[in-house]
Amino acid sequence: MGTFLEARKVGLPLMNLVRFKGLPILQQLHLEEELFRTSKENWCIVNDGTNDPTIVMGVSGKPAELLEIKPVLHDEIPVVRRFTGGGTVIVDQGTIFVTFICNQDAVPGLQPYPRPIMSWSSLIYDQWLRHQLTPVIDYVFGDRKFGGNAQSITKRRWLHHTSFLWDYEVRNMSYLKLPKRAPEYRLARQHSEFIWCLKDYLSRLTFIERTVNALGTHFSLKSVDSEANRDSSAVKFVPSTRLLTRQELEEAMSAADSKNSLAESISPY
Amino acid sequence: MASRLMWASRAASKLRISVFNRGFATVLKDLKYADSHEWVKVEGHSATVGITDHAQDHLGDVVYVELPEEGSTVTQGNGFGAVESVKATSDIISPVSGKVVKVNQELSDSPGLVNLSPYEKGWIIKVELSNSSEVEQLMDSDKYSKFCEEEDAAH
Repeated sequence: MGTFLEARKVGLPLMNLVRFKGLPILQQLHLEEELFRTSKENWCIVNDGTNDPTIVMGVSGKPAELLEIKPVLHDEIPVVRRFTGGGTVIVDQGTIFVTFICNQDAVPGLQPYPRPIMSWSSLIYDQWLRHQLTPVIDYVFGDRKFGGNAQSITKRRWLHHTSFLWDYEVRNMSYLKLPKRAPEYRLARQHSEFIWCLKDYLSRLTFIERTVNALGTHFSLKSVDSEANRDSSAVKFVPSTRLLTRQELEEAMSAADSKNSLAESISPY
Repeated sequence: MASRLMWASRAASKLRISVFNRGFATVLKDLKYADSHEWVKVEGHSATVGITDHAQDHLGDVVYVELPEEGSTVTQGNGFGAVESVKATSDIISPVSGKVVKVNQELSDSPGLVNLSPYEKGWIIKVELSNSSEVEQLMDSDKYSKFCEEEDAAH
């Protein structure tokens, strides 16, 4: 049996597997961005929960459109703008993160475009967790969402990362507005009506182990120590993912308030 | 039917358009193309760069374009910006080297121009070339058409 499994893995591309628990999301994103941009290897990063609640926006996210900035500032919730596309999430200890970073040729026949990459990535979960894709490719079960994902694609390399809702704090959702580009399944619904927690169905460890096992059918996984020394090359990578400053958030709020005031003052009603 | 086909063929020829066998993406004859699906229109020592119809079709609706700064440098084969579509950022790779003299600011308010008019209103940057000979490494329209067909057939 051991020989059969080893033989089966022959020919599978190598993927480094790094597991964290409670790594701050900003650090996770910095690591992902660096590996995506500078490494030539395939990686899977798993982070079982992050430390403090943090808002994470996509590359084009506008705070005034996506956030209730006043309570965000009052409660000092950090806001991160990440390097991938997609929407806004608030992550915390109840979030499980899984990221794939691959060379283009890692998955034979996979076109380096958003939808094909998304379809392939969903198979990793679909192999053992039956769910359906919505037209905008969020992870949903029935009409309820349990994970959000985003991607970045460059020449010959792609990254797909997901934040899975193990559990969530209802009050944290109040920091987020309904986005303009909301998918149809969530229009006019409160967060509690369309979000679904994985904790009611399986343990965190089971979720992670089954995901890793499914990934192991496509790649030959090599566990890498999360504390291992990073590449000490002379050129230091500067990530684009960053924390928004308080000043930026205040300015966004002021600009939005001014716009609203102007709209109200010229309204005939 | 035959006269309609002849008319279409003449129209395509006049508009300098090649039509794929599949009839989905267009390729313009006067442009040069990179294997990362950017096009370049060279006029003397200046060039205009954008992404092809094939690229925008595969990317989906573009909702955001990350533009470089005017005055910055681009290098052939290196990324200089990105487009966001379907929750993904996709790097735009420069097909030429030189200095960015103009960026298409309209894309900030209307990123969908990249989908609607990839070869005209959806242009992304204008470059003052530093090495015109690099253009010879790019594909002409026929080679690019074939490249796209082969790429799609392989997947």
